[in-house]
Amino acid sequence: MKFDTPAGTNPIDRLQVVGQPTDRIDGPLKTTGTAPYAYERHDVAPNQAYGYIVGAGIAKGRISSMDTREAERAPGVLAIVTTLEHAKPLPLGKMNVAHLFGGAEVAHYHQAIALVVAETFEQARAAAALIRTTYARSDGRFDLGKAALSARYEPIDDEAPNPQDVERVGDFAAAFAKAPVTIDQAYTTPGESHAMMEPFATIAAWEGEKLTVWTANQMIAWSKASLAKILSIKPENLRIDSPFIGGGFGGKLFVRADAVLAALGAKKAGRPVKVAMQRPLMMNNSTHRPATIQHVRLGATRDGRLTAIHHSSTSSNLSGGGPEVAVQQTKLIYAAANREYWLKLAVTDLPEGNAMRAPGEAPGLMVLEMAMDELAEKLAMDPVELRIVNDTLVDPAKPERRFSQRHLVECLRTGADRFGWSRRQAKPAQVRDGHWLIGMGMAVGFRNNLLQKSAARIKLGRDGKLTVETDMTDIGTGTYTILAQTAAEMLGVPIGDVVVKLGDSDFPASAGSGGQWGANNSTAGLYAACVKLREAAAQKLGFNARDATFADGQVKAGNRSLPLAQAGPLTAEDGIEYGTLDKEYQQSTFAGHFVEVGVDIYTGETRIRRMLAVCDAGRIINPKSARSQVIGAMTMGAGAALMEELAVDKRFGFFVNHDLASYEVPVHADIPHQEVIFLDYPDDKSSPMKAKGVGELGICGVGAAIANAVYNATGVRVRDYPITLDKHLEELPAIA
Amino acid sequence: MRAFTYERATSPAQAAAAVARQPGAKFLAGGTNLLDLMKLEIETPRHLVDVQDLKLDTIEPTDTGGLRIGALVTNTALAADPRVRRDYGVLTRAIVAGASGQLRNKATTAGNLLQRTRCPYFYDTNQPCNKRKPGSGCAALGGYSRQLAVIGTSEQCIATYPGDMAIALRVLDATVETVAADGRTRRIAIADFHRLPGDTPQRDTALEPGELITAVTLPKPLGGRHVYRKVRDRASYAFALVSVAAVIQRDGTGRVAFGGVAPKPWRVEAAEATLPEGARGVSARVFADARPTEDNRFKIPLAERTLAAVIAQAKA
Repeated sequence: MKFDTPAGTNPIDRLQVVGQPTDRIDGPLKTTGTAPYAYERHDVAPNQAYGYIVGAGIAKGRISSMDTREAERAPGVLAIVTTLEHAKPLPLGKMNVAHLFGGAEVAHYHQAIALVVAETFEQARAAAALIRTTYARSDGRFDLGKAALSARYEPIDDEAPNPQDVERVGDFAAAFAKAPVTIDQAYTTPGESHAMMEPFATIAAWEGEKLTVWTANQMIAWSKASLAKILSIKPENLRIDSPFIGGGFGGKLFVRADAVLAALGAKKAGRPVKVAMQRPLMMNNSTHRPATIQHVRLGATRDGRLTAIHHSSTSSNLSGGGPEVAVQQTKLIYAAANREYWLKLAVTDLPEGNAMRAPGEAPGLMVLEMAMDELAEKLAMDPVELRIVNDTLVDPAKPERRFSQRHLVECLRTGADRFGWSRRQAKPAQVRDGHWLIGMGMAVGFRNNLLQKSAARIKLGRDGKLTVETDMTDIGTGTYTILAQTAAEMLGVPIGDVVVKLGDSDFPASAGSGGQWGANNSTAGLYAACVKLREAAAQKLGFNARDATFADGQVKAGNRSLPLAQAGPLTAEDGIEYGTLDKEYQQSTFAGHFVEVGVDIYTGETRIRRMLAVCDAGRIINPKSARSQVIGAMTMGAGAALMEELAVDKRFGFFVNHDLASYEVPVHADIPHQEVIFLDYPDDKSSPMKAKGVGELGICGVGAAIANAVYNATGVRVRDYPITLDKHLEELPAIA
Repeated sequence: MRAFTYERATSPAQAAAAVARQPGAKFLAGGTNLLDLMKLEIETPRHLVDVQDLKLDTIEPTDTGGLRIGALVTNTALAADPRVRRDYGVLTRAIVAGASGQLRNKATTAGNLLQRTRCPYFYDTNQPCNKRKPGSGCAALGGYSRQLAVIGTSEQCIATYPGDMAIALRVLDATVETVAADGRTRRIAIADFHRLPGDTPQRDTALEPGELITAVTLPKPLGGRHVYRKVRDRASYAFALVSVAAVIQRDGTGRVAFGGVAPKPWRVEAAEATLPEGARGVSARVFADARPTEDNRFKIPLAERTLAAVIAQAKA
């Protein structure tokens, strides 16, 4: 199905099942511990052996030797695969920057250099410690601050007019010089780790030339092509199965070392092999959100109208990697006639930077929205009003290009009202509650809605039950449930009559889970397949498909009515493909974030008291699972604002806090109260579902809302995230 | 994890003898720290002597009006004991500020005293660490040291003692009772139990090889207000940046010990004389010899401010 004109009325608009806060249909599997996650699939291949990964002990250099003799003699050892068996690195998969295995060069700390396969996990682990590796260390570049001095321009997006230069609209320099009120500040955001609960995990089994991997991966079609390329096998000889994924946040968008090593280990051992990456390897072996150094300059009139916006960001990556696109949202978020943005990329030898939940917008808004708070204070203007005054309904660089929908002002007004924003004291450090300094902060959330083609198959059985098959993934987001809702709505059956099967590369290729595009696109792809099934069923039952309605398990037209089941068995397959509606219209999602914090006047500890997000993200397919997505993202944003930081050892070139004891993410006690309001305006330009992404919107802006609340509480502005107590402690009021 | 042999001891003296007899043997109680360290091969005992059957799991009154806490009393049981809650509130508060419910159910009183540092370089076996591998160097010096010690350190080690319970025991002047392989018993003041690193950071405590903790005794109750304040980056399940254990009397006099700042619970009794005048003087004296790094310099003003919070709480 080609979606190239705005959606008219369609069966989804009935909202009998779609739009309802349905419980997760896979919930019981999860709460009973029976959902088949990759590492626990004991039933899929007999005689599984265990693999244990060895990571490089240096950040940069060359392996001089690996002595595996003692390890090979260790009890239970079946095979040892070392990187030196390959003269050069295995080919890169899609979006991989650092190679995952092969060759003597070490490109970053904890890069995989061996896999030990043994009868038990404990034997593999014990033998792995017996491998003696010697290195020739070489100097590396591990300091972003230093590397930034030789950073080069990078394009902000595919449409950048001058990719190797500053992107300009109007005359920023002149407007900024003339502006009566200005902000000119530098900010930093640290590297962050996905820190998902389920580590990278794979079981691999060969049957002759054919390889099956049961793994945890967000993007099945990409990863099938990638893994085939990395292993130099034909894609048709590879099957990937990933029905349940214990969190990904972008870390599992691409093939990682677990899948490659499980396949190599299984080949060498002649047995199925399972590999879960050890937690202490996760932070340095895999990818992370890159640290940034950002600069914002804002010029405004005295009544708060922005006349000039500058946003620039420098990040670093391994050679060949990309930048953190932290300025992207600044092109679209506020009106101003004069604008400039640039991105710079430095080369460092730290682990690979890559996508993490809302790449670009998450750290970009942490900075831009703090700068807006600073501007509001300088203008003596309410921060909410400052955003409203500068709202734009068009792409500021191309005024003829409108947003498909934009209800940001309503988000902000609704949020301010519900949160009790009027009680905020504009002057900071005025509100006390016992030993707590209390502050309120707000920020705008913004994240684009991305359209990706997506396909699905739907089968109608003789019993009237439906089976959905697509390689779409559910990374904890609720995909199973919203696909079942879509099929139930389209065919007029109870949701309990729909079985959803996901994550198998033998199924039609979907959009996958990433960039908050999963929900809208995968349901739209299934919508297309359902339209086909409706046509086939109507035809089989002797109806004109255009006249037939599907409800209560019946197909009806005029005064004729037949059970849908009578049309079974039938199979229909189709997908959604998009025209140019996302070029003609800017499609984005919007939020108003409001936060109240307490800062302990003695210790400087910041504790969040309550959070509210008001979201404008098209039709909400399932308010319950969407809320879960948003509160999870808000929690992740709280981590980014207050505690998460990959600490760099600039001498040895690695992230020092590489486990979950030392890389702190929020716990329940950090998140006392969260509220989410969805405006729920269907967007007919986005898809027949009229839905948009919401999974990343919740993290966009929330960090700045927290930071602004901390400032409102203390009067101390911390511009280097995370805002840990040491950064404002000595500027807090003196204590007796 | 290296292969090891295992036995279950039947008496404290027999356990001590079993460990003393075999080089590289260790006691195993709750295992909440030791097993993690064994998995990472930071600890590589060849033999484990499991002490769980030794029946050292009761809390009894002492003749001098205090309590004798068996070495195997779990953190949960100790924190919940009505006598402890009533008379030694600082101890209950310190214990529940640490770890998680599940860990406290397994962790024992003796084992908690023996938990090892959480210095990230100690935990990464690719890195030099004098505590893990004597003579290999200290990667934390000049490295990422935000969590590490500001006082009591040496050129060989700046690791922090990570626990909470022991900070309270230090302020209560607890005593550690042990038995050696030859059946000899001794009593070690908590002040002398944990060692400063000096040139031998691999030795955390005063225990001799094979010496087994059998109990921790508390002197008779001190009265006063019992406060434990733990400061950390997140609200729960994190090691202290700084913690303060204090017992403060109605007249403002009292005792105070600091956690998260040193290789052992840090208490300077001489500094306590000025407690009634507030935090500043006490803190200045306690940290007079501090040698912080750039990363952890903040702990000194933080300790002072946290003490001020504790004093205010005790007065309230």
